[in-house]
Amino acid sequence: MRSHRLPACVTLGALALTGLAACGQKTDKSQKIAVSASDSACEVARTELPAGAHTFSVTNKGSKVTEFYVYAKDGSIKGEVENIGPGTTRDVHVELAAGEYESACKPGMKGDGIRGKLTVTGQAAALASDPKLAAAVATYKAYVSTEADALLAKTTEFAAAVKAGDTAKAKELYPVARTHWERIEPVAESFGDLDPAIDARENDVEAGQEWTGFHKIEKDLWVTGDVSGDARVADKLVTDVTEIVTRSKSVDLSPVQLATGSKELLDEVATGKITGEEDRYSHTDLWDFAANVEGSKAAVDALRDALTARDPKLADELTAKFAAVDAALGKHKAGTGWKSYTELSKADIKELSDVINGLAEPISKVAAVIAK
Amino acid sequence: MAGRFSRRRMLTVGGAGVAGAVAAGGAGAWARGLMAEEQHGSEAGGAVAFLGEHQAGITTPAQDRLHFVAFDVTTDKRADLVDLLREWTLAAARLTAGHDAGPVGAVNGSPEAPPDDTGEALGLPPSGLTLTVGFGPTLFRDAGGRDRFGIADRKPAALADLPHFRGDALDPATGGGDICVQACAHDPQVAVHAIRNLARIGFGAVSMRWSQLGFGRTSSTSRAQATPRNLFGFKDGTANLKAEDTAALRQHLWVQAGDGPAWMTGGTYLVTRKIRMMIETWDRTSLAEQEAIVGRTKGTGAPLGKRGEFDELNLAATGADGKQVIPADSHVRLAHPDTNGGARLLRRGYNFVDGSDGLGRLGAGLFFMAYQRDPRRQFVPIQTSLARNDAMNEYLRHVSSGLYACPPGVRTADDFWGRALFSS
Repeated sequence: MRSHRLPACVTLGALALTGLAACGQKTDKSQKIAVSASDSACEVARTELPAGAHTFSVTNKGSKVTEFYVYAKDGSIKGEVENIGPGTTRDVHVELAAGEYESACKPGMKGDGIRGKLTVTGQAAALASDPKLAAAVATYKAYVSTEADALLAKTTEFAAAVKAGDTAKAKELYPVARTHWERIEPVAESFGDLDPAIDARENDVEAGQEWTGFHKIEKDLWVTGDVSGDARVADKLVTDVTEIVTRSKSVDLSPVQLATGSKELLDEVATGKITGEEDRYSHTDLWDFAANVEGSKAAVDALRDALTARDPKLADELTAKFAAVDAALGKHKAGTGWKSYTELSKADIKELSDVINGLAEPISKVAAVIAK
Repeated sequence: MAGRFSRRRMLTVGGAGVAGAVAAGGAGAWARGLMAEEQHGSEAGGAVAFLGEHQAGITTPAQDRLHFVAFDVTTDKRADLVDLLREWTLAAARLTAGHDAGPVGAVNGSPEAPPDDTGEALGLPPSGLTLTVGFGPTLFRDAGGRDRFGIADRKPAALADLPHFRGDALDPATGGGDICVQACAHDPQVAVHAIRNLARIGFGAVSMRWSQLGFGRTSSTSRAQATPRNLFGFKDGTANLKAEDTAALRQHLWVQAGDGPAWMTGGTYLVTRKIRMMIETWDRTSLAEQEAIVGRTKGTGAPLGKRGEFDELNLAATGADGKQVIPADSHVRLAHPDTNGGARLLRRGYNFVDGSDGLGRLGAGLFFMAYQRDPRRQFVPIQTSLARNDAMNEYLRHVSSGLYACPPGVRTADDFWGRALFSS
């Protein structure tokens, strides 16, 4: 279980991060906005701008070290560049949504500065206007939809087995249903309260709260073998999964979110699955492990054309590192599924941890490449 | 007491002492000691006063290094426990002044006897050492409910066991304990030396339960200090309670008359949490995401949307997109007093790296320590909210927990740690 959310575009936008137009707008590098700063003036070449990412190129023509700021109406800083020495030029990248802003030069780096008005209008062009990225999103959404359907089908079967008291069948279905959950986990768990209700482990529940979901039933199946009291929990699980499936299928995703999601799935492996904490009663952790990796690969595969066009070396590296994970994991296949976590030696676990770290490092670079 | 040389003599006496000092600690160590004496009271070398209204080591400007230890009391005899607290107090007064732990010293006693100081701090200055003691809930009533020392009726209500917080993955063997001692110093060797000698004095009456080293402070407890960084690379403790905020300290830190049993007046409560940090996955997280999780910029430590580290948070601010500038699930918002009915803590945590974890990763994290007037109104509600909603939880795991009642300071030379608690 994770309490985390998909990093929202809006968050990135609000930070006005220099250079990383992660949320939909592209920097038009050909159209820098010149700012001429002196000790007594601050001339901005264009003060009416379309929404999106802009680069202000600030030249200090005065005698004092200066700074340049773009402020939103509430006084928050949308972008800044400091320490512009006399005679030098420095750039600042700012993402601006429609609205009124103020520019400011601060000769001597003091005071409120010399202010001017900036007016931003219109809608920013979406990053997904790149056809390769639009295709990536469509492909991945189809994957999410397929997995969500399978998740609901298998969870329903699992719940029915629990309610029928068929523990053998329930144990068989438990890792299968979870496979579909784990493959799309970053999407599924982005819906606040539903994730804890479905996937909380016992220690994730605070004093006085009811523990529900997969892991509650897992404990009863494997520890006591008695699921006679779990009918309501099973019903609630189906209700919650139905809701999450509906929402997952209609969620809006950006290409950057695909990249971030592929990295988060590997974080899941690195923190929960590799330690045997996730499925501490059934020890089916390798099922979840494999499903996280498959989900990560699905997102990267969807982005592959765009990635190859932008950074072929990174695309090749990811292919090789996914293969290394598959090879290490492949040693632990058992029938159509996976060995129990308890059958792994310390050396096996260390090897799996190492290949995951080896893959996660290059995967963490994908988002910035996609956002370029 | 007339030792041929002790740590104090080495600091102050030249001549005959020098040869011995050089032999024991090396010329460099001796020179360092001498220099520290010249800069008496300076951050690096000087001594911090042991006696006072409150215990040292709380509002004392946070030193760079920590050795924290928790003991279980093994004797059932109240008199033995009281004797130990007296002995510890004497030793602590000596150690914090830069002396050897015992009256004879590391090398001045009978050749046939083991020395009453272990010796590894010979030649080192006091190094700002503070020793701070606290009593855990189990000292008052053990796990079996027994009142071993006849003090159960003096247990403060504020020392109520902490609840299980969402996500807690606590190892009881490395948390809790009957008595804790926090040793802080600017030199790790000095801090370890102090704990080692207290443990040795305690053999037979107490047994070490767990201990934790911290290599770098993560909080400032004085406005004179720069804000340090934790292992996420962010400034930590910017909005901490500080020694200069005397009114706020009365309100949020020191137990006031009438709060509970009189023996705690002038004391404070300590919560410790060993927090593993998943630094490997954190390091793969984009800068924007890291800053959104923390709610501050990584460079200056300014709240999002502001310029300076110490600028007030504007929790109400929204960006041009209509969204909160400081996200709803950001750490700084959830930990802020305005989100917690005004509750504040004096944080005094340390970075740690306990080797590696066998999976190719560092066993890294933050040993969180927070002093407060009443954990039920301060730490518990704040942590309940953080455990529920903090985006940072993804990268954290609370693996140990401790709660201790730290009595007021030792006021006079014949006073001792916990005297008021054990006085009839």
